[in-house]
Amino acid sequence: MCRIGAIKSRDYIHPSWALRLMRSQQKGHDNSGFAMVMQDLGGVFENYKKYPVLSMACTEEGMKTAEDILYSMGFSRIGQWNPEIRPADNLNIEPMPIYVFQFFHYPKSMRNASQAEKEQLLVDARITLRRALEANGEGYVYSFWPDTLTLKEIGDPTDIGTYFNLWEESKDFTARIITAQCRQNTNYDIVRYAAHPFFLQGYTVLANGENTFYEKNKHFQKSLHKGYIGFESDSQCFLYTLHYIHRELGWPLKYYKHTVTPLPFEEIERHPERDVLLRIRSSLAHLEINGPNTLIGVLPDGQMFTCCDSKKLRPVVVGRNEDMVVISSEVNGINEILPDRDWKQDIYPHARETVIINNELEVNQWQQCV
Amino acid sequence: MAAMRVNALARDDMQWRITYNHERCTLCGHCLSSCPFRAIEAGVEKRRKVISDHLTPKPKVLFQTVPVIRQVLDHHEACRGCGCCEKVCPNEAIAPRLNLETRLPIKHRGTTADGYKRGGRSNLNPMGNTLDKITIGRISQMTDPSLDAQRHTFDMLAPLGRVLPPESLPLRISETGSLGITESLPPLNWMYPIIIGDMSIGALSTRMWEALAIATAYLNEEVGLPVRMCTGEGGIPGRLLRSHYVRYMILQIASGHFGWNRIVNSMPDMQDDPAGILIKIGQGAKPGDGGMLQAKKVARHIQEIRGVPKADLLSPPNHQGLYSIEESVQKMFLSFNSAFKFRVPVAIKVAASTTSVSVYNNLLRDPYNIVGGFFLDGIQGGTGAAQDISLDHTGHPIVSKLRDCYLAAVHQGKQGQIPLWAGGGMAQGWNLAADAFKMISLGANGVFTGKLMLQLAGCVGLDNGKCNACNTGLCPAGICSQNPVLVKRLDIDKVAENIVNYFIATDQELKKLMAPIGNSSLPVGRSDALISTDRAVADKLTISYAC
Repeated sequence: MCRIGAIKSRDYIHPSWALRLMRSQQKGHDNSGFAMVMQDLGGVFENYKKYPVLSMACTEEGMKTAEDILYSMGFSRIGQWNPEIRPADNLNIEPMPIYVFQFFHYPKSMRNASQAEKEQLLVDARITLRRALEANGEGYVYSFWPDTLTLKEIGDPTDIGTYFNLWEESKDFTARIITAQCRQNTNYDIVRYAAHPFFLQGYTVLANGENTFYEKNKHFQKSLHKGYIGFESDSQCFLYTLHYIHRELGWPLKYYKHTVTPLPFEEIERHPERDVLLRIRSSLAHLEINGPNTLIGVLPDGQMFTCCDSKKLRPVVVGRNEDMVVISSEVNGINEILPDRDWKQDIYPHARETVIINNELEVNQWQQCV
Repeated sequence: MAAMRVNALARDDMQWRITYNHERCTLCGHCLSSCPFRAIEAGVEKRRKVISDHLTPKPKVLFQTVPVIRQVLDHHEACRGCGCCEKVCPNEAIAPRLNLETRLPIKHRGTTADGYKRGGRSNLNPMGNTLDKITIGRISQMTDPSLDAQRHTFDMLAPLGRVLPPESLPLRISETGSLGITESLPPLNWMYPIIIGDMSIGALSTRMWEALAIATAYLNEEVGLPVRMCTGEGGIPGRLLRSHYVRYMILQIASGHFGWNRIVNSMPDMQDDPAGILIKIGQGAKPGDGGMLQAKKVARHIQEIRGVPKADLLSPPNHQGLYSIEESVQKMFLSFNSAFKFRVPVAIKVAASTTSVSVYNNLLRDPYNIVGGFFLDGIQGGTGAAQDISLDHTGHPIVSKLRDCYLAAVHQGKQGQIPLWAGGGMAQGWNLAADAFKMISLGANGVFTGKLMLQLAGCVGLDNGKCNACNTGLCPAGICSQNPVLVKRLDIDKVAENIVNYFIATDQELKKLMAPIGNSSLPVGRSDALISTDRAVADKLTISYAC
């Protein structure tokens, strides 16, 4: 099983917080990897929030392939940040030769384009890059999006932290939202793309779970959006459904929960939104998720939420102080980084609940049933 | 010496031979009165017996004329092997036995210049029973725990009605952040994923049909299982039509339009809407024949319900006025939708065929969004006045065709938009829950079953030609007959009870299949849960091969 965690902070924080949050839960995973997505970036990225950041791990040939493609599309590089790699023989890690965190100017032709057009271009560019690199095994493209940075690595999370010098706090490399996973990938090979968090157009999702409706989810999602690709992990379906409900259909967040874990028919009959919920249940039957899972998601506007399967089969807890809200699989993770919080305020979301943290760090609990 | 008539029917030509033990027979006559086919008769035989009634042997020949029961040798009164004589005989003196050397089918054709009508069921199953070659191989454990079939709540309802793609739903976000429906939507009803298939009042005895209706109402109102029943073509009693029980009924309109007048005339007095309308284009068994209710079954009440004289009632295998999909969609669906003011879903039933996918694709692209369901009927279903030639040599197996239709919808990203229901051969292996579960995993929203209901009622027919007299009006169990004497054999309450109990058991069994794969709602399209030990079946259905 995976362990997942997320931090949303008033101030910029360094990824070492996320590492500590996850490392304390090491008995719940197999130490086979660590992955994180940082959003609302600080440090060297703070002044470049409008510009798309490419997060990629690749070979030298891969680097060249990617540069050629991006330049041919009209992108021009503004700058980059390189992690301070500290290789050592005794580290359990399977690193790629190059880690790319570069920010780009949009093509000149797109400077006056609408936000939607730019966002479409970024998806197209990422998919093009991914396909090109995938063809010859030259690398992995995780995200290409403003104010977002993704790192995914195979190996022991402690050693990964050492390799990238993430244990040492630095003001150069920070963010206000960090989501992270330490994994135990049970269903598939240890594939980099299969590591959470998954990211698409500002939406981030990570899950501790099994999606027994994976096949029907996948069959349905494949035809919904060109960005719904990969499917290396059954958990990617959770992201695509969130993106589809919230962005493509433009429905309020609560209908995500109504889609993935619909109320039983008996309860729908008593619900004030009966007619709408029955229609959702029929039209989106193939996006339902059966199986034990806990989800953590981040919306493009920075709001964060968590919810569970309809039977609450996987754990999750929300802890907070005035400056930070932390969501974690296990409470010991929160104890590690917020030892002085009022633990009586911790929230253990139940099966029909969505906990939403807004940008003022207010925590709202929304109930699916009446 | 008597002339030998080579072409006369001989005992050895009969499909069923009566074995009769004179020594055990007490001549009570029960067998004679129970045989609806008049396939046995009372007769006399001359017996020669050597006896001695003296103290010392003094043999003498005694000629005696004894009464016996014997088989009638006739094409029309041939023994059907129903076994009623055996059932009623107190002394095990008589029984039919299958004669593998039978020549009756060719003798019949040679004598009557007509096809050999066998009434009931298909004998050919050259592929074996496909569903029995599939098992549910994905068992949840540990990381995705299985559920407790006894205690967990399962959500088992299937839709009937046009399901719009989410982007087409007329929804608007209100000020409170909730979605509201802004326009009327195609009607959509939710029901149990197993429907009692369409068998007409007329084909069935009134008592059998009534038993089905009672069982349906009981399942809904007492058991809490929202099982629906399709009326079949041929109408529905007026009182039922005007009662609230009509909400459990799917009304069928087929090419003969029998009984539809009465439905239309009753509309002003109806206090509830039916669960759906099913337009029967074709059926899976005997697809070239259509429905055939022979005059001898058109009893007085059938004449009243259907508004017809006592005559052969033929429902053609096609709708005579319609020759294209476009026409069908425009005329038929629109008119039936509008008949019920667009409140009742209208679905279509077609025979499974190599062309079914084209029809389904076409309906999925129907711009009117008024097709509320696609019922696919396979080769193995059906009773009726069918001939050998139709039963054995026409039709299409249902399993792969259902899968083809589902995958065609997946290919277009339209799965679920026109609910898929499949039937024809469900529970051939006597387990409806298992077959329903497998069909649902392959992509069906639900299944329908007819023949199994007859078997629950006491039908004695079997696929190897036993009985199969559904068409003759002489059903020995009183299920498919209008003969008052035979119909009285059927105990309505017992039949209803059997059906209700079977559904309760099936519901438990369905849960016992959903629990191990960890699903609390119907696993439509979850073919990853299935495996087959038959490579060809696995390949054709795109499920895992296991051995």
